[in-house]
Amino acid sequence: MGNKGANGKSLLRSDATQKLMAFGTLIVLVIVFSLASPNFLKFNNIVSIILSTAVNGVLAVGVTFVIVTGGIDLSIGTTMTFASVIGGVLISFWKLPVIVGVLGALAAGALVGLISGTIIAKLKMPPFIATLGMMMVTKGLSLVISGTKPIYFNEAKAYGKIAMGSVLGQIIPGFNIPNAVIIFLLMSVAASLILTKTSLGRYDFALGSNEEATRLSGINVDKWKMAIYALSGLFCGIAGILMSSRLNSAQPALGQGYELEAIAAVVIGGTSLNGGEGTILGTVIGAFIMSVLTNGLRILSVKQEWQTVVIGIVVIFAVYADLLRRRNK
Amino acid sequence: MSDVLVLMEGIEKTFPGVHALKQCRFELRSGEVHALLGENGAGKSTLMKILSGVYPKDAGKIIYKGKEVEIPNTKAAQDLGISIIFQELNLIPHLTVAQNVFIGREPRKGVRFILNEKEINEKTQKILDMMNLDIDPRAKVSELTVAKQQMVEIAKALSLNSEVLIMDEPTAALTDSEIEDLFRIIRDLKKKGVGIIYISHRLEEIGIISDRITVMRDGEYIDTVPTKDVTTEQIIKMMVGREIYVTSEANSESSKNEVVLEVKNLNRGRAIKDVSFKLRKGEILGFAGLMGAGRTEVARAIFGADPIDSGEIYVNGKKVNIKQPIDAVKHGIGYLSEDRKQFGLMLNLDVEQNTVIASLENYSKFGWINKNKTRMDTNKWIEALKIKTPSLEQKVRNLSGGNQQKVVLGKWLTRDCNILIFDEPTRGIDVGAKSEIYKLMNKLVAEGKSIIMISSELPEILRMSHRVLVMCEGRITGELSYEEATQERIMEYATSRSK
Repeated sequence: MGNKGANGKSLLRSDATQKLMAFGTLIVLVIVFSLASPNFLKFNNIVSIILSTAVNGVLAVGVTFVIVTGGIDLSIGTTMTFASVIGGVLISFWKLPVIVGVLGALAAGALVGLISGTIIAKLKMPPFIATLGMMMVTKGLSLVISGTKPIYFNEAKAYGKIAMGSVLGQIIPGFNIPNAVIIFLLMSVAASLILTKTSLGRYDFALGSNEEATRLSGINVDKWKMAIYALSGLFCGIAGILMSSRLNSAQPALGQGYELEAIAAVVIGGTSLNGGEGTILGTVIGAFIMSVLTNGLRILSVKQEWQTVVIGIVVIFAVYADLLRRRNK
Repeated sequence: MSDVLVLMEGIEKTFPGVHALKQCRFELRSGEVHALLGENGAGKSTLMKILSGVYPKDAGKIIYKGKEVEIPNTKAAQDLGISIIFQELNLIPHLTVAQNVFIGREPRKGVRFILNEKEINEKTQKILDMMNLDIDPRAKVSELTVAKQQMVEIAKALSLNSEVLIMDEPTAALTDSEIEDLFRIIRDLKKKGVGIIYISHRLEEIGIISDRITVMRDGEYIDTVPTKDVTTEQIIKMMVGREIYVTSEANSESSKNEVVLEVKNLNRGRAIKDVSFKLRKGEILGFAGLMGAGRTEVARAIFGADPIDSGEIYVNGKKVNIKQPIDAVKHGIGYLSEDRKQFGLMLNLDVEQNTVIASLENYSKFGWINKNKTRMDTNKWIEALKIKTPSLEQKVRNLSGGNQQKVVLGKWLTRDCNILIFDEPTRGIDVGAKSEIYKLMNKLVAEGKSIIMISSELPEILRMSHRVLVMCEGRITGELSYEEATQERIMEYATSRSK
């Protein structure tokens, strides 16, 4: 066939193109919007973009692990809500310390993920169906537990500070970047390290690349799958805390729809829905593309309905571009 | 002789509807290459999968180094020092060579969960050096040739300090020089006292590399004999329970027939360069060449599976425009892929569904399928092609390789295809079924159909082709008539690389 130069280099090149393309898109968007509106590049607007990326970004980073296995998790949006409702119950109903509420929310998210993972690994259910079911379960439970009403954190002032306070601003005066932004970036770095440097990350790619071969290599496939879904659930818990802290309330009716935005961010970032490939950096860029678009269109006074249409088209283009890249390989 | 490493006795295994192993026995000594032979479906792979922990056994015992052991999973086998290299290689394509070699037992550093990439690269490099292989531990497995992937599997087994190495059809995808490399490594392993179980359909190889042979048939143990004491004919007789030999019906008659397919100046990237040829009615046209010479690419281009850059295709003298497989099928061209499982069959559908899938419009009115008609025709082909299946409703997944190949053939014959492209028609198929495929091919051309046969097995090319085209690096480098074709001349053309 003549492709003798098939070595590590050509692959590096294609990986680089993938990242460059997503990153290039992001840069182009930023340039276009800053030319179109002088308000776009203002410090406050940039912080607001990153802030609005945080929740979707954390969800997307978490679900990247699942998508790399070749699976999908449709329950992340409602799991996020469920986790925040649990936090709300612990803090506002039971008057427990904020830290207990935070840990409770994280545990709730991880537990839901673990259950999804168990259903998928042990009952051999397709991830699409298992997590669709869990999406409904968590949505319903959130409404039941909260009594269908928002739970406010009015008495626990510290809770609101988790997302909107600024630890950095206290250290470096004037540099008032909200904690949510810092948490999002730290989580992304942590996730990236987990995906590339740890056994969980290695088996993640192995599962998505060739599950049978992974099993025959003597690896406990079920255990790792469950761990990966639980990890994704844990990220839902983090997202739930950020979200409810920012809104100063756990909103039980919110959440559905977030999963699709997160998955879109992952796909825009070049992670293959077939599994075996993907990067956290790509996902982060993908999440930024989504929020820059939303923010930019809003600044240009494009109606919200049309914003959704534009984002839909962008998702289709992103996936098509990725397909073209793969075909040329 | 050396010590007995493995002894399997009274092994029983039943799958739903199939008694796969009946009272099977197998013995392996350290430092020997023990060939395990039998037709497809004889139970060789099942027996080896039991030894390597892929399947549990129903009954019987496994004695390893004098002690009875249980091998419930692959990990247990690995821990004992038993490794298997599967026919469909079980590497993880997106990971690097070193990552594959050490999968499941990655060395860690510092905190328990952090992987030590440097260490596995160094260790893998050491093993590869020991094997005298020029492979970069950091290269992704998907970028390696099949031969090198196989070597990586062996490296993985070595890194496990395996004392028993099972190889299932290791040479199926290798060229002669790559086979030499493999044999060199096998001989090195032998010297170190490793016991090697070697499953292959290529009897010539077995004669060269093995010390003893165990033959299985229909899930039963037949016999174990020293290789030097038996002839190929005796082995074949043990395997199939009867004597067989395929005779060629190739003749030069077809060279006068009309041209049914003509390809002119076909080009596609670097894969196909200016390929032109004619196929006549009732002819078997052999395509020889090394792997990657572009033969499959030509077949796929003619079939419309890949786009072409330029070139013309004529069917029965008329120029045709083939853009997709459906166009090719409409012109009566059927393609039997070398990778049956991936491209030829819907494994989860049954024999009947597979047989009629390409001709459904002939069997349906307003979308309703006429079940009686499909059943009748499928039965006709099952009989004509001698497809061994318990019923029409048997899933194709459960058939042996030879029978799967026949189902693909049935699919195209149902569609009335007159030009059949056989791509490696007997790969992974046992001796008995091979000769049946050959007979079928002879029968088909006698009926006036035409066949393009791509094959990497020279004896097959020499025996079956009426005319041979040889390809190298995307070009046709030689044409030989049945009388002219010899192994040496084909190899000469197959390696005549352009500068």
